[in-house]
Amino acid sequence: MATLALDAMPKEVSPRRRALRRLGRRPAAMLGLAFVVFFVLIAIFAPWVAPYDPLATSWSAVRKAPSWAHWFGTDELGRDVLARVIWGTRASLLAGVVSVSISIALGVPIGLIAGYTGGWTDALISRVTDAMLATPFLILAIALAAFLGPSLTNAMIAIGISATPILIRLTRAQVLAVKVEDYVEAARALGNPHLRIAVRHILPNVIPPLIVQSTLAIAAAVIAEASLSFLGLGQQPPAPSWGSMLNTAKNYVEQAPWMAVWPGLSIFLLVLSFNLLGDGLRDALDPRHV
Amino acid sequence: MSAYLARRVGTILPTLLFVTILIFGLQQLLPGDPAVVLAGEERDPNVVAYLHKKMHLDEPLPVRYLYWLGGVLTGDLGESLRMQKPVTALIAEKLPVTLELALIAIVIALSIGIPAGIVSAIYKDRWPDYVANAVALWGLSTPNFWLGIMMILFFSVRLGWLPASGYVSPFEDLSANLAAMIMPAFVLGNAIAAVLMRHTRSAMLQVMSSDYVRTARAKGLSERVVVLKHALRNALTPVVTLGALELGTLLSGAVLTEQVFTIPGFGKLIVDAVFNRDYAVVQGVVLFTATAYILLNLVADLAYFLVNPRLRG
Repeated sequence: MATLALDAMPKEVSPRRRALRRLGRRPAAMLGLAFVVFFVLIAIFAPWVAPYDPLATSWSAVRKAPSWAHWFGTDELGRDVLARVIWGTRASLLAGVVSVSISIALGVPIGLIAGYTGGWTDALISRVTDAMLATPFLILAIALAAFLGPSLTNAMIAIGISATPILIRLTRAQVLAVKVEDYVEAARALGNPHLRIAVRHILPNVIPPLIVQSTLAIAAAVIAEASLSFLGLGQQPPAPSWGSMLNTAKNYVEQAPWMAVWPGLSIFLLVLSFNLLGDGLRDALDPRHV
Repeated sequence: MSAYLARRVGTILPTLLFVTILIFGLQQLLPGDPAVVLAGEERDPNVVAYLHKKMHLDEPLPVRYLYWLGGVLTGDLGESLRMQKPVTALIAEKLPVTLELALIAIVIALSIGIPAGIVSAIYKDRWPDYVANAVALWGLSTPNFWLGIMMILFFSVRLGWLPASGYVSPFEDLSANLAAMIMPAFVLGNAIAAVLMRHTRSAMLQVMSSDYVRTARAKGLSERVVVLKHALRNALTPVVTLGALELGTLLSGAVLTEQVFTIPGFGKLIVDAVFNRDYAVVQGVVLFTATAYILLNLVADLAYFLVNPRLRG
């Protein structure tokens, strides 16, 4: 009888699996995920997918409209726009992932320390975070990139540092909520050292909102990299980047509008995909939000 | 009120202090001798020596910071090496242009974002809600410099309706000024409209399910009166405060929009300064932006405090 009752009980489903199921039921989020995967594959296989060398100039094909030979047309130096858009995916995705990784690597430990230790350490970290948040994201990134010097690496560092205060604040707020939970009190009562409590008991429970924020931060970082490259502070020519392609394209809007359409559309699609995925993850990981 | 004000000012003073430390710290990122870098490509020894003395480079770092802070507190943000003008004068010259752009952008953002948010909340999970959400997502995902280029392509190149670039002072020719400003202001307002729409939607949904709205409906008031008179008035308070946080988006956006439309404002000043390696201007603009952002948020907070009787109580 007891065995029967146990068999009749529904199987325990882990929270992670439940969240994944919820995510899978959201078509918009799955569409976002599909596009993200598509862009990642394009970036990885760029050398094989691109129809031409993105740096190869051709004086006989300067500013040619889209055709069978050049699907997205050519630019002011006769380079194939499709090839440059495909290779530009690398710069955008790399900037998005690397800069968000920098902000996670800095923001999560600092936020964890601020929230867990409290006192003057928290007060100091919070004031520095406030000061960084007071400077608009892109303006701080422009200033950092200006002083570090224009390059894709420095743009990624600048974006990563500029995005850090949001992660510090989010981690700190989550830690403050989690550290008063009974299981943390229990771990403390058992005599666990602070580092173990912070890393083993608190950190895993603050991760879901960090995943959501990181996904949305990648979208913001992609736009920021494109913005910095558009201003000439990111990827340097002739290396292809969607932002720098738009910078050149704005001078030829009348003669060659296709130069502006495709890189911009690519930024839009990639950012939209991360936003859709981020919104879906938020709904899946935080059911209260729905 | 005065206690609240004192408490808020008490929190922003250390923040402002850290802002000055961060911005002064930017200078330390320059490789090598800052005087040599700041002297530009010519590296004129006289200029280098002058900068060494002016920037107190022989003194320890904290002393240099105090000298710099002393200047900032007396309104001296340094001097533009390229334009041979005080940074404060340059900011005062360019700021009105950006303020006009920002003001028109806010009007556009409010007139799109708030009605869209209301419609979206009233028709929750029906097609107007889906359309408004899709438009908001579009607004949040479109890089505004690309939208600017596309609008130039359509409205200036194809239709010839609006000028593609340039700026005319409103005191010279108001209609030419508005014609030049309408596209950049729309580009700038677009992303903020999306954020305002989302805030308005969630605030309206929350308010619409509250008891007093149910009571208003039970009294037999028309839906129009319930929504506009009872719900909206309360929903707008947090929206306005959250909207003030979008000032950062506005200022960041202005940098790119002014670049696309060649508007000689605050944003173009910082970009030109970056390329001219005019670091005092970069520092000055960042410091001014951060201070303005902090003070405007304080004003928004105080406004929220004033209009919300529960906080006053």
